[in-house]
Amino acid sequence: MSQHRVVITGMGVVAPNANNLSDFEQAVKSGISGIKYQPDLAALGFSCCIGGKPELGDALIGTYFDALELRNFNNNSIIYGVIAGMQAWQDAGLTILNADDEPDWDSGTIFGNGSSGVEKFREAIYKIDEGATKKLGSTTVVQIMVSGISAFLAGKIGLGNQVTTNSSACTTGTESLLMCYERIKTGKAKRMLAGSTSDSGPYIWAGFDAMKVCNFKHNDHAEKGSRPMSATASGFVPGSGAGALVLENLEDALKRGANIYAEVIGGAINAGGQRGSGTMTAPNSIAVQRCITDALKDANIHADEIDAINGHLTATTKDSLEIQNWATALQRNGNNFPYINALKSHVGHCLSASGSIECIAAALQIKHNFLFPNLNCEDLHPDIADIVSADKIPQQLIEQELNIIAKASFGFGDVNACAILKKYKD
Amino acid sequence: MMTQEEIIEKLKPILATYSKDKEALENLNMDSNFIKDLKVNSANLVDIVLDVEEAFDIEIDNDSMEQMLTVGAAIKIVQSKLQ
Repeated sequence: MSQHRVVITGMGVVAPNANNLSDFEQAVKSGISGIKYQPDLAALGFSCCIGGKPELGDALIGTYFDALELRNFNNNSIIYGVIAGMQAWQDAGLTILNADDEPDWDSGTIFGNGSSGVEKFREAIYKIDEGATKKLGSTTVVQIMVSGISAFLAGKIGLGNQVTTNSSACTTGTESLLMCYERIKTGKAKRMLAGSTSDSGPYIWAGFDAMKVCNFKHNDHAEKGSRPMSATASGFVPGSGAGALVLENLEDALKRGANIYAEVIGGAINAGGQRGSGTMTAPNSIAVQRCITDALKDANIHADEIDAINGHLTATTKDSLEIQNWATALQRNGNNFPYINALKSHVGHCLSASGSIECIAAALQIKHNFLFPNLNCEDLHPDIADIVSADKIPQQLIEQELNIIAKASFGFGDVNACAILKKYKD
Repeated sequence: MMTQEEIIEKLKPILATYSKDKEALENLNMDSNFIKDLKVNSANLVDIVLDVEEAFDIEIDNDSMEQMLTVGAAIKIVQSKLQ
């Protein structure tokens, strides 16, 4: 079976600090935080009262949804995902099919989500318990089925290849990219819309707050709250949004003269089986290291070829462990360690959307030759400083040529994914 | 008792929300079929029933709901529930 090269030809993003790709590039370059005080969390007695939410106006939402679709609609993740997905499709210069057209059999989507429309679910449960099931109307199912996002996108574009939703906690976005990559590489699709989205607000974030894994020490200084790699990191800041990437086989991308952001040259997905140091909520380090080395093998590159890492780095006590795992897997440390940055310092932990939003940041870095600044790690954690030279953890924008970036995401369930992106050259 | 015309006037904006055929909507008559003529997505029939219940402050049972596929049927059902 012939193997196809796979490139990224379109991207779209809805994040706490930007609602489109060009604003997002500006925001990450300038280190603009999207973390804000959230009065609704405070009113509900949350410990962590800061978070990241995209700020969308009715006009933007109305560009992608008609009035009928918005009737009784109460689902952030579908709104974020549809806007990001449609932006990516349009950015790639691809066609939105008309109602009477034949479906596009060569294009599909694997678009992830964590749980869909938790607020809609809440609304429905109240009605059911009041004995008013009949009043749920016709759209409750499509809003709360987790595959709602891929179904909405497929309908809007006219996708006729595989249309599904993956879900693997905070690994979801990077996993989606790699699943789409495999499908194109093996010739089962010509192009796939990869991406993921996450609901926002108290009902999706509450469980994390209860676990005390969110930062409750910066309620008065929201922008300082998300502190990956910092000595004073004390939990993640919840975020939300969506990221979408059009993956396409190289031949077709070249044939239609598409803009290429980066090439996906390989990756790996695995799990630690919740054995050894791995549990439902903590990573098995052997599995993390293996995921990284398997990704290198799959991409057929040597560890020394990696110019930069876009880490998972959530701003919990596990950041030092993640850095140690990268150092062990790559056999690189000190001044020889690749550059590393953490987008969560800008947008918080966007949960199931995080991998996609962060892959977009990584692809932008490759395309436009820059390393975005890490925010809030002026007090670098001493355990991290022991492994990596401070100048490999940029706190200012660095403009320089980048060839290969490794992007990893890790999630509850002891699951891992690592993707390798490379500058496209003939 | 509401007249047919009064009921149609109240039905029109409800149907306009769901109809994809604006011309058929202009020429609404007793035989207009929600799905065939007004091109309403069949999943939305339950939403029309909910809107009609609210607009006329009535309750429409499951059996009546099944019959409510044309403007004429809707008027008949509304009139019987209002009695």
